[in-house]
Amino acid sequence: MNVASFFDSMDYAPSNEDDSAARAWLASYHNRFGHFIAGRFTDPGDGFDTVEPATGKVLARISEGTQGDVDSAVTAARKAQKAWAALPGHERALKLYALARIIQRNARLIAVVEALDNGKPIRETRDIDIPLAARHFYHHAGWAQLQDSQFPDHAPLGVIGQIIPWNFPFLMLSWKIAPALALGNAVVLKPAEATPLSALLFAELAQAAGLPDGVLNIVTGAGDTGALIAGHDGVDKVAFTGSTEVGRKIRQMTAGSGKSLTLELGGKSPFVVFEDADLDAAVEGVVDAIWFNQGQVCCAGSRILVQEGVARDFHTRLAARIQGLRIGTSLDKTIDMGAVIDADQRARIAGMVDRAVAEGAELVQADMEMPDGGTFYPPTVLCNVPATCEAATEEIFGPVAVSMTFRTPDEALQLANHSRYGLAASIWSEDINQALEIAAGVEAGIVWVNCTNVMDAGVGFGGVKESGFGREGGREGCYDYLRPRAFDKAPVRKVITPAKPKGFAPQTVDRTAKLFIGGKQARPDGNHSAPVIGADGQILGEVGVGNRKDIRNAVEAARAAASWGGKSQHNRAQILYYLGENLSARADEFAARLRDMTGVKADKARAEVAASVARLFTYGAWADKYEGVVHMPPMRGLALAVPEAIGVVGVICPPEAPLLGFVSTVAPLIATGNRVVAVPSEAHPLSVTDFYQVAETSDLPAGVLNIVTGDGLALGKELAKHNDVNALWAFGTAELGETVERLSAGNLKRTFTDNGRAWDWTAPTAEGETFLRQATQVKNIWVPYGA
Amino acid sequence: MPDAALSRPSASLTVQPSDAHRNTGMPLDLALIEAVRVNRSASERRTAALPGRRAVKGDAQSAWLLKAVTCIDLTTLNGDDTEGRVRRLCAKAARPVRPDLLAALGMGDRRITTGAVCVYHRFVATAVDALKGTGIPVAAVSTGFPAGLSPHATKLAEIEASVADGAAEIDIVITREHVLTGNWEALYREMQEYRAACGDAHVKAILATGDLKTLRNVAKASLVCMMAGADFIKTSTGKESVNATLPVSLTMVRAIRQYQAMTGVKVGYKPAGGVSKAKDVLTYFALMKEELGREWLEPDLFRIGASSLLADIERQLEHRVTGAYSAHNRHPIG
Repeated sequence: MNVASFFDSMDYAPSNEDDSAARAWLASYHNRFGHFIAGRFTDPGDGFDTVEPATGKVLARISEGTQGDVDSAVTAARKAQKAWAALPGHERALKLYALARIIQRNARLIAVVEALDNGKPIRETRDIDIPLAARHFYHHAGWAQLQDSQFPDHAPLGVIGQIIPWNFPFLMLSWKIAPALALGNAVVLKPAEATPLSALLFAELAQAAGLPDGVLNIVTGAGDTGALIAGHDGVDKVAFTGSTEVGRKIRQMTAGSGKSLTLELGGKSPFVVFEDADLDAAVEGVVDAIWFNQGQVCCAGSRILVQEGVARDFHTRLAARIQGLRIGTSLDKTIDMGAVIDADQRARIAGMVDRAVAEGAELVQADMEMPDGGTFYPPTVLCNVPATCEAATEEIFGPVAVSMTFRTPDEALQLANHSRYGLAASIWSEDINQALEIAAGVEAGIVWVNCTNVMDAGVGFGGVKESGFGREGGREGCYDYLRPRAFDKAPVRKVITPAKPKGFAPQTVDRTAKLFIGGKQARPDGNHSAPVIGADGQILGEVGVGNRKDIRNAVEAARAAASWGGKSQHNRAQILYYLGENLSARADEFAARLRDMTGVKADKARAEVAASVARLFTYGAWADKYEGVVHMPPMRGLALAVPEAIGVVGVICPPEAPLLGFVSTVAPLIATGNRVVAVPSEAHPLSVTDFYQVAETSDLPAGVLNIVTGDGLALGKELAKHNDVNALWAFGTAELGETVERLSAGNLKRTFTDNGRAWDWTAPTAEGETFLRQATQVKNIWVPYGA
Repeated sequence: MPDAALSRPSASLTVQPSDAHRNTGMPLDLALIEAVRVNRSASERRTAALPGRRAVKGDAQSAWLLKAVTCIDLTTLNGDDTEGRVRRLCAKAARPVRPDLLAALGMGDRRITTGAVCVYHRFVATAVDALKGTGIPVAAVSTGFPAGLSPHATKLAEIEASVADGAAEIDIVITREHVLTGNWEALYREMQEYRAACGDAHVKAILATGDLKTLRNVAKASLVCMMAGADFIKTSTGKESVNATLPVSLTMVRAIRQYQAMTGVKVGYKPAGGVSKAKDVLTYFALMKEELGREWLEPDLFRIGASSLLADIERQLEHRVTGAYSAHNRHPIG
């Protein structure tokens, strides 16, 4: 080709970024890397190669992290963390700021190393990943500066184990490291085995920027090394981004350990196109949604839902657009897409596409030349994909979108939410009423209105349902790297076993409390009841012994009461006040019951009732005041951070404080719009069964509060296993905490346990925002504007 | 053969649009106009990402810049224009790039001229005379340019006078009020009458997008003008406070695409004002190529209204040939 032939053809020519600096950097390590522990690189050990996906050529030899390596890294982190946390916030802010600056000063080198190692286009690393990473460090330098004033009741967690994926190696590193370090933690991070280089480069830069030794440790390796980190006793928190399958294992592995956990997992995010959308913009949105980073994006808009009336038009435009895409090697600056990560991934993608086509999906694929040698897969849309097909429900993690149609906004929402995942959603409509209604109703942690895959350090990122829990970025993300100081001194819980009756004392009046399900008192399924023994050894009455079917029924009733979440906050506040008022009217009776069950003195019993009334008022007060914030990301628009109810939440109430413990856990959940299945204190359940009448006279809608009495551990297991329970709070023995955390892995429900250590329920710290945060999940709705 | 006829560009030259390309228009479809939706933020994201997705370097860059030269409507639209000034511009239009540079780029055998010369009516005859034998058409801005608020009959008379003086292309300005008040019938009628007055001359509709403000207005005005028979749609007079921008261009070229999908007719696009750097024009080309296709990279479907762009392209080409950065005074003045 020469000028004249280009003049005639007006073709593009490959335009390659210079990689000599990146090659020289690799050569300076002789293309062999050890781990970065306690401020220095270890000697390279046994390991594996990392290759260029675009060419299949080996870039470097990487060490496989062993138990010894992980031990050293955790020890180094532990040693460094105290002094790091003890630094004034301003000092830590300066270090974070220095990290941001050194990323910017080396932006081109990082961008090239990243593109080589991952296969993604240099445009994306240069224009998106690396600038966002620098922004993350700047933003979190600010949180370090403000930590004392903004989080006075919280302390750093300690040593954080972080495991990140290969799709955004450097960006995910910054999302993990910046908040952890800013808030006074030390880090042991494992980059993905396929893409370790930018993390190793960052280690070198962090050292140059003056980060103290041991505060940041990088251990390379595959899944086994990750397991060593996640399972390490010296780690206080595990933050993981990756597949739902591995997330589940980490949940099980860390159960009962007391480790804080953040999981950012898979997705099958809906991309909803209404008939009043700017259709060309929506088509371009698909390019950004599923052909960004070869579709290897957890929040990729991989499920296109188009309103039926415009579906033909939209698909025609999309089919034309796909032909204009260009694919090439990662350093070429004229491309839209690079190679997928490796041959296995390509084979997996191809297999899912082939099977979908065999099941009747219509294949729309770019007819393009692909470079030799790399693992390329063309941009693909599967139209009219059968809803039953695996490609329609499972994450493909490649450049493949599936497309379906809907008729009405209701149906759009139904289809959008009909997924086990709940990471993101993208909504295309020029009608603000329509767009915001869907934004409010879609089950996702991130909602993009007329945009997709936009991110910012100041706006929390994270999912709901099987897409995980926890947020990264913004104020909401900070709490995932902090712990409430109030809980630090919580003692190990005293075991309270139900007393045995002294002799046999038949009752003249049947005082068997039933269960409370769907607003009605219901007999237990098993038709068993158990005596409740008072402090004096006398039988106070009987309660039903709930079983798994009672749990099933209670969850169904709670699921059916979905309208509670949609009730106005004012309305929920009124009902909580009303509950408090009605409890107060029967204060003497409830105090007497507490005395009879637990043997406390009269004044203490009265105090517990009074505290319970006050707590109901507290959450009535919070009900219309627990608000979101408006983030101001660097764009013309807003990001609305809305705390939303989680859904159906199980509560194993603490054995102590039979009334106050119940109110303290159930009230924040109800106040924020959740529906609850509560299991009262096994030894002292009658305060809660007495509460039925309070609930019945306080206008609490049926199904919002359901009570199943019985064995806390057995019922906790049933709730933990139940796949239609969205969260589970369990306060009891260490065994209970471990059990529910382990069993929650099925649908990755969020858990809140005290692992056998007891809150002081009478303390002011046993109410308020710590509990409200646990009762809600933040949804960030991005709304760019402009006429 | 009379001089006036000789000065008309020959139909055999590539710069001359053939009649097959003319847009005969279609009935005004108000429902379609009302259905127009344009999202500004999405448009901005698309155009912001484009240069990063389509870098054009090396020989391709030189080729694209030379192609850009052939698409320039070399323009002078100033109150102090004179015959002498216009003749100098025409000379530049005929030989826009130094022959030694063309030779060094292997393009010595190609005929590189600008796409047209664009002047006020007063200088049409002068330009036609100055360009005699070059095949370069003369475009006249018209209809009370730039505000377009002269009496309607005067505007039609102005078009006819320019055509009579030999203008092959007429750049009309629309009445912005029709867009700002949603009076699409009035805009459609006005445009139809302008086109009729142009006769065989091709008509470019200047929307003055800086006055229309919203991209939705831009898209609607684009479609109405095309329905009424505009051969080209053009962004600006160069006199508004905001002239051609990439989001506006994206909106207009998508309207062209929509019109083509409806009628099969290919309408041309002309950004004007604000395209002054060689680098900018590469992005505009990429936009045309990506959104409309290869055909829109030729002067019969793409023009750039510019006065200072050529000088920047010349300097870039010299840099490509010599490896040294150039200066304005190394290239003949236009």
